[in-house]
Amino acid sequence: MDRGKWLILVSGLIIGAIAVTLVKLGNPPNMGFCIACFERDIAGALGLHRAAVAQYMRPEIIGLVLGSALTALFAGEYRARGGSATLLRFFMGVFMMVGALVFLGCPLRDILRMAGGDYNAVVGLFGFILGVGTGVFFLKQGFDLGRAKISSSPLGGLIMPALMLFFLYLLLKGTVFNPADGGPLFFSQKGPGSMHAAIAFSLGAGLIVGFLAQRTRLCLSGGIRDFILIRDNTLLLGFIGIFIGALVLNIAFGLFKAGFAGQPIAHSNHIWNFLGLYLVGLTATLLGGCPLRQLILSGQGDMDAAAVVIGMIVGAGVIHNFGLASSAMAAATATAPATIGGPNIFGQIACVAGILIMLVIGYTYREE
Amino acid sequence: MEKLDVRGLSCPIPVIKTKKLIDQGLAEIQIVGDSAVSKENVSKLARSCGYTVVMKVDEKNNWEMEIKK
Repeated sequence: MDRGKWLILVSGLIIGAIAVTLVKLGNPPNMGFCIACFERDIAGALGLHRAAVAQYMRPEIIGLVLGSALTALFAGEYRARGGSATLLRFFMGVFMMVGALVFLGCPLRDILRMAGGDYNAVVGLFGFILGVGTGVFFLKQGFDLGRAKISSSPLGGLIMPALMLFFLYLLLKGTVFNPADGGPLFFSQKGPGSMHAAIAFSLGAGLIVGFLAQRTRLCLSGGIRDFILIRDNTLLLGFIGIFIGALVLNIAFGLFKAGFAGQPIAHSNHIWNFLGLYLVGLTATLLGGCPLRQLILSGQGDMDAAAVVIGMIVGAGVIHNFGLASSAMAAATATAPATIGGPNIFGQIACVAGILIMLVIGYTYREE
Repeated sequence: MEKLDVRGLSCPIPVIKTKKLIDQGLAEIQIVGDSAVSKENVSKLARSCGYTVVMKVDEKNNWEMEIKK
């Protein structure tokens, strides 16, 4: 195995271990890192949705973007670029979030959930692999969203890092803009949004993972894509590293619990676990990278990736306001029976619509 | 020599376009690109297919290579 492969495998192990450590320090279970969930929490903190249990300005996301930006600047890889079907990418970001919130997690959380013993996440993985495979089919047919151009000024590419610095300032300063409404920023008093590690740990973890992911080009859809397309397993080793790193620490900390039932912030509706991550895998492959990779690219000047990230944050607001996100499974209480959770009919329609729209995009954006 | 411009293309389209030309059996291809990632990926693919890679311009965000078999 060459040096690059060792590097990404070790990076994966470190990222998996950091994720579980964050859970130990207070993050929600099996959610040390989740790009989609944390962007959704940021949407809540900004007041873009009213789901009271999903509001927090996640420092991990801030750290990932800033870590990527600093690394790219030092490596001479920072360059403002954009202009490849930007508005389309924004809406693809919205639908990538639909898929993630129907499944209840991005591909990174899928790995972390599997490493925590959640079998529902394995069902999601099959959907994700098939989604990436569908994307590869379109890529082989000549799918292309068009060329991006390097900008004449670096300013546009600095918007995301600047926005994250502003978010960090708001989080640390605790400014409340609209005291009558109690925010923004809004913070959950209960539920997953109220569970978090101390700011310094979360921010530090984000910076480290941002550095590692920028250097190794870690991409979870890319891992499966490259293996299908050219039998290259480099990125896939990062995927496997995260799983092993998280699995070992989950077992060590006593957090590992195998099964379909009783899993935290998850549902057992197999069709929608499958289709949710199918939509994410397909969309990520058409966009050229998974939610994590889009976030890293947005830090190093890629304004098209930034449009995807903003699309995911705005999308999370719409999804929660419209009630499209899945509900988690719940144990029986004195008044209600146990439920397996899952999306309601509107969430199901949104997910299927997203898949159909991605198939149309995949078919029509073709270079002969 | 066949020329290929992969500037501004999303991952993994530079690799797919290069592979199409390699699969046609071309012995020499000149490729230009503008991202460090596409440079790494295209040169890795070329080497794995038995080509030698010669960098004509080698900057992080502006590169030009010739691959030969």
